[in-house]
Amino acid sequence: MKINDFVVRFANVNGTGSASANALFTKAVFRMGVPVTPKNIFPSNIQGLPTWYDVRVSEKGYLGRRHGVDLMVAVNPQSMKNDYREVLPGGYFLYDSTKPLPPGYDRDDITHLGIPLMALCNAEYTDARQRQLFKNIVYIGALSALCDIEFSVLEGLIGDQFKGKEKLIDPNIKALNIGVNYVKENFDYPLDIRVERRDLLGDKILFSGNSACGLGAVYAGATVAAWYPITPSTSVVDAFAKYAAKFRVDPATGKNNYAIVQAEDELAAIGMVMGACWNGARSFTATSGPGVSLMNEFLGLGYFAEVPTVLIDVQRTGPSTGMPTRTQQSDLLLAAYASHGDTKHPLLLPSTPKECFEMTVDAFDLTERLQTPVIVMTDLDLGMNDHVTDPLVWDDSRKYDRGKVLSAEQLEAIYGGGGSQLAEMFNGKWGRYLDVDGDGIPYRTIGGTHPTRGAFVTRGSSRDEYGVYTEDGDAYRRNVDRLAKKWDTAKELVPQPHFYQEANRSKDGVIFFGTSIFSAEEAIDLFAEEGIVLDAMRPRSFPFGKAFCDFVDSHDRLFVIEQNRDAQFKSLMTIELGIDPSRLISVLNYDGTPITADDIVNRIKTRI
Amino acid sequence: MTYIRPTFRHPALPKNDLGYTVDYYEGSLSTLCAGCGHDSISAAIAQACFETNIEPHRVAKLSGIGCSSKTPAYFLSNSHGFNSVHGRMPSVATGANLANRDLIYFGVSGDGDTASIGMGQFVHVVRRNLNMVYLVMNNGCYGLTKGQDSATADAGSKSKAGSVNLFEAIDLASLAVELGATFVAQSFSGDKSQLVPLIQAAMSHPGFAFINVISPCVTFNNNPGSTKSYDYVREHMEATATVDFVPHQTTITASYEEGTVEAVPLHDGSVISLHKLEKDWNPLDRISAINAVQNARAKGEILTGLLYVDPDTSDLHDMINTTERPLNKLTEADLCPGSEVLKGFNQSLR
Repeated sequence: MKINDFVVRFANVNGTGSASANALFTKAVFRMGVPVTPKNIFPSNIQGLPTWYDVRVSEKGYLGRRHGVDLMVAVNPQSMKNDYREVLPGGYFLYDSTKPLPPGYDRDDITHLGIPLMALCNAEYTDARQRQLFKNIVYIGALSALCDIEFSVLEGLIGDQFKGKEKLIDPNIKALNIGVNYVKENFDYPLDIRVERRDLLGDKILFSGNSACGLGAVYAGATVAAWYPITPSTSVVDAFAKYAAKFRVDPATGKNNYAIVQAEDELAAIGMVMGACWNGARSFTATSGPGVSLMNEFLGLGYFAEVPTVLIDVQRTGPSTGMPTRTQQSDLLLAAYASHGDTKHPLLLPSTPKECFEMTVDAFDLTERLQTPVIVMTDLDLGMNDHVTDPLVWDDSRKYDRGKVLSAEQLEAIYGGGGSQLAEMFNGKWGRYLDVDGDGIPYRTIGGTHPTRGAFVTRGSSRDEYGVYTEDGDAYRRNVDRLAKKWDTAKELVPQPHFYQEANRSKDGVIFFGTSIFSAEEAIDLFAEEGIVLDAMRPRSFPFGKAFCDFVDSHDRLFVIEQNRDAQFKSLMTIELGIDPSRLISVLNYDGTPITADDIVNRIKTRI
Repeated sequence: MTYIRPTFRHPALPKNDLGYTVDYYEGSLSTLCAGCGHDSISAAIAQACFETNIEPHRVAKLSGIGCSSKTPAYFLSNSHGFNSVHGRMPSVATGANLANRDLIYFGVSGDGDTASIGMGQFVHVVRRNLNMVYLVMNNGCYGLTKGQDSATADAGSKSKAGSVNLFEAIDLASLAVELGATFVAQSFSGDKSQLVPLIQAAMSHPGFAFINVISPCVTFNNNPGSTKSYDYVREHMEATATVDFVPHQTTITASYEEGTVEAVPLHDGSVISLHKLEKDWNPLDRISAINAVQNARAKGEILTGLLYVDPDTSDLHDMINTTERPLNKLTEADLCPGSEVLKGFNQSLR
């Protein structure tokens, strides 16, 4: 008996309306108070190719992917042969029995559940599209009976989904009932895998990372979004557009307190963002690896000319076009050192939709505080899947940190002769690249502020502290050394690591970030069950600050879990901290699917 | 280039309505070659802003990379400038304009920066009708890398080294009209009397204003056989009209022969007066403008003046319904939905 601990896989044809039906199943488990995590495994295709939707139900709250399928809903003939093999012994295989199964589907270690989905729908509906769409709802109804999901929960969800389109409620409920009734009349139910109501979720929500980033940008006060469509980041700007239309239209005038431009390519997208940020607006773009490649030149300009920029990189499987609809954490080095010359950029590494929201907001503060591009590194798994996450919170007393921007009054004070603190700091003359505070961060001005003070030419060419073009080697070196000092300042300003222990207890440490969180936390538990104690740190940003270094220094060996082939995070550690690479043991996953706890446990076990 | 700037200013230098003399509109010392057409254009920009009483800090100057793109440092020293990435000025200008619609955006580019590496962005900024002046200093060659042909060099034009350009030229003015630019002008760096009013009119135009200025490269493309040399351009220049720009503060007194003056009123109340030289061309008609440019081209002439204008135009902000307030002036109160909204939002995700 598997209560609240199983995996259901839906094997569908892309473009047949299965996504919203499958989401109903997830949401129903969620509303029964049981932790659940769905993962959409979809092709780079709009219609016709196979697509899968994995739902893991876990009483213990493990939200990572798990190998093996306990219940397969096999409604795609193209993939059925493989899908059949994926079912774990003792599991269930639900299929459309309108036509009999072909020969070879004769495993005796699983239970076959044939439901004539097509025949049931053909008998009930005349419209071809309805027959297709309701087929999905019929199997959800059947599953509710098979897995003991409360029917009233499904009814509630249908009611919520079609609020404002009430005419659609009854036909959907009817389709659910067709499935329920067929199960009641033909099978012993519920099955040995079932959902039991719990209260394990408290006030948690079910949300995707991309939507959270889009909402974060609205809360952060982003006014200009420029972007170019690319999977898996497109829904970040879609979400921004949706929430901005809801929350950012001036009720008095009907006009938008934001602007969104779909650019001609990623080069233009980041150029627009940099132009807007240079001119004092908060602006961002979202893209994926290929887009970051194109943005490299601008990112170098942003670093050297010190222009704020927020970039959200929803990573996918590279290199080149790679597998555009599969997940990976493989843009780390590309993003960290984007562009020619000596460049580096702060990276934020959210693990949950809640962190996507928070770190998007933080990115806008950081980019203006540090006057340098800041990149939020999420991935397809986090961005495009719903995750159970803590509710989003906002402190109404929070003020945006606009960084060191001089007002007209402050410029007056600088030039106003003796007395004022600003005049003393600047010795009576403002310089765009003067480090008067000793933190490497200069003071900037925005166009249109003052008639005679504060104007300068922003450029990617070398200049002196007063913004005047120069090819003098000393002036160049002073400038890039100041940028290095600024980098040191950034180390303690960026989000600090999360630690899993009050005090270190082991000589072995585990490091993981981003979406590896789900399976890594599970793996640590699995080790603990076996009496193996591992200290763990989840870095939340780059560059690495003191807390990060302390953890590294106090462990002999460090297992670094990441989802790319080349151990890019390990490279960042060795490059930036000069760590002996033999102390770092990589645990890698890079087949385009999210890493599992089994992957982690098996790899670490061979070394301890 | 000049190393020393004379500090002498004539005490009787005229002042504009703001009380500034023209030197207030200058920039730092140019590092371009002596006699470069670009420096004349910089001076024309300063002159145009001086004459129309523009506060320099209400202008933003943007450019890409190349000789032309260096010039924003050489005019309007009280304006913010952004010398950005090669071929990418249009995107930076777009972002800047979205952030603050209250400034005048002056983009300067070259023929390499626009017609080659920046063609993609040029095409799209035209389509969006961004409210800006986009001025190309067009010399048909890559000056800063020592004179390679650019995409605006005419087929058959001879370089200083004697090689003949084999490839068809891209005609930026025709292209701009074709793409839907709402203000297209062409001029010559050696004709300040035409260029200054064109720049003034372009700044008043409430959408994308394109000016293609033939600006000979004295060092690499001023030789016999080049179609972008001073001599060639002077001989083959054909003005469509002489241009006057009447700022909105003054009333127009048309003292020209009836039938030869085309007065184009702009939205801010100013007027462009065109004293037409060509009978069969109507600057308010796109097809007529395209025909005029193409006919001149076929005859080997360079048509100058205001070629096309659509004064009743909607810029990008109008099209996407942005608030009248500059976006960079909005604060938390305007932008952040707050905690109560978020609580309701959380509830909808359960």
